[in-house]
Amino acid sequence: MSGEFPRGRSAIVGGATFGLGEAPGFSPLELAASASVGALADARVRLDQVDGLFICLPEDQLSGLSFAEYLGLRPRFTDNNRTGGSAFMSHAVSAALALDAGLCDVVLIAYGAVPRTSKSFIGPSGTSYETPYKPTLVASYALAARRHMHEYGTTQEHLASVAVSARQWAKHNPQAFMRTELTIADCLASRRVASPLGVLDCCLVTDGAAAIVMTRADRAKDHCARPAYVLGGAAATTHRFIAAMPDLTRTAAADSGPRAFAHAKLGPADVDVAQLYDAFTINPILFLEDLGFCRKGEGGPFVSSGAIAPGGQLPVNTNGGGLSCVHPGMYGLFALEEAFRQVSRTPRGLAVPDVSVVLAHGNGGVLSSQATVILGAEGTL
Amino acid sequence: MRMSTEGPDETFRRFLSQGRFMIQRSVATGAAIFPPRVMAPRSGETDLEWIPAGGRAVVHSFTVVAQKPPREGYNICLVDLEEGPRLMSRLVEVNNSEIYIGMAVQALIIRDGEDSVLVFKPRVPGAPP
Repeated sequence: MSGEFPRGRSAIVGGATFGLGEAPGFSPLELAASASVGALADARVRLDQVDGLFICLPEDQLSGLSFAEYLGLRPRFTDNNRTGGSAFMSHAVSAALALDAGLCDVVLIAYGAVPRTSKSFIGPSGTSYETPYKPTLVASYALAARRHMHEYGTTQEHLASVAVSARQWAKHNPQAFMRTELTIADCLASRRVASPLGVLDCCLVTDGAAAIVMTRADRAKDHCARPAYVLGGAAATTHRFIAAMPDLTRTAAADSGPRAFAHAKLGPADVDVAQLYDAFTINPILFLEDLGFCRKGEGGPFVSSGAIAPGGQLPVNTNGGGLSCVHPGMYGLFALEEAFRQVSRTPRGLAVPDVSVVLAHGNGGVLSSQATVILGAEGTL
Repeated sequence: MRMSTEGPDETFRRFLSQGRFMIQRSVATGAAIFPPRVMAPRSGETDLEWIPAGGRAVVHSFTVVAQKPPREGYNICLVDLEEGPRLMSRLVEVNNSEIYIGMAVQALIIRDGEDSVLVFKPRVPGAPP
């Protein structure tokens, strides 16, 4: 039996962020609820119309329940999928299916966290086969970066290009946390955290919240002038801990991407803008290759050519990304929210002209879980 | 019912505390398995036996994690065992600046307080990359 993704039969019709940067005195739940209020207002939806709830808070195993209680809702569909930063792309996929099946009518997907002001840090949880060697989160990604450099000649300058491109986008986004000038030389001279990755190869640690609202396509225009229709989406998981990653230079995006494109009946050449979860500078390089925007091993030269920066052939992370805009522990929903804003032509920073198709890609764990969502404007239906 | 035997994790640690580096192998397929499990990953075979690992391995990737000065950074490596499995470990008896991908290494077990820890050292000290 082979099912068919409900291409274009649901849409994101509202989005908001809240407390980006530093939000002292707020709890994660309060931030997530504040972003939700904003997203619902953006979509002109009353809170009590929400009957599908999706959330994943890092420090609350049962956050689906906590959030329902906080909002005063009795959802017909609750999803607390916890595959790390990719969870929110999987939320959107499940939401598209649930909406199409009539299991719920109005979906709210939310996230909030305060790692900056609470000084709590989300690191890898333990396994007795790795903890004796003290693997930090950065170290796990550094192992993949080193191997990519070894196999494909990727350089630290290539990695730095990802950070510099993100900063160029962030400069135009008033909400971005880091907007000062950044050069390749600054990146190369920055303090090493886990070689070959330096501090400017690592995402920010900020507070912040995001929320999006989804509904069925037949009512999307009631809520949003330019809905972002969900054309396709897919997820894939390969491992939990870095030693078990089948190939350090090839992520499960090579699986989730082609399936999402097949759902959407589109290919990489059709994508106008990509939001690629950039926890570390190696990530967008891997995802550009694995999603088919360039060939395997050519991600470094691709980013160094200016392709992903403002004015480039494939704008990537147009809000400034996790590297320069916001990264409260998990970034997935911020990538999805920015993808919606580019389609609906309401970005906070630079608007990419003539946007029709936007890809949002999430990463969870240590390159462990990959999830891809493809959004399209009305003309793609 | 109360299980009278220990799980594979516990068995591995018991061997390690005795100074033995043991891994599992499927009798039917001959495939070596690490970390230890109750069944072979993917194939699901449950005919797993414990065998001594030869300890010969090659560095697949590595990183040096910086610490606040004056403490020196420590290395983390992924090594490929000759039997096949890849695992995380630390290299000893080598300067961090001398580690390279492809370096031939040999397992040894060291004591860290109460714990026995599996680490690796270069097979040919000071060999060029």
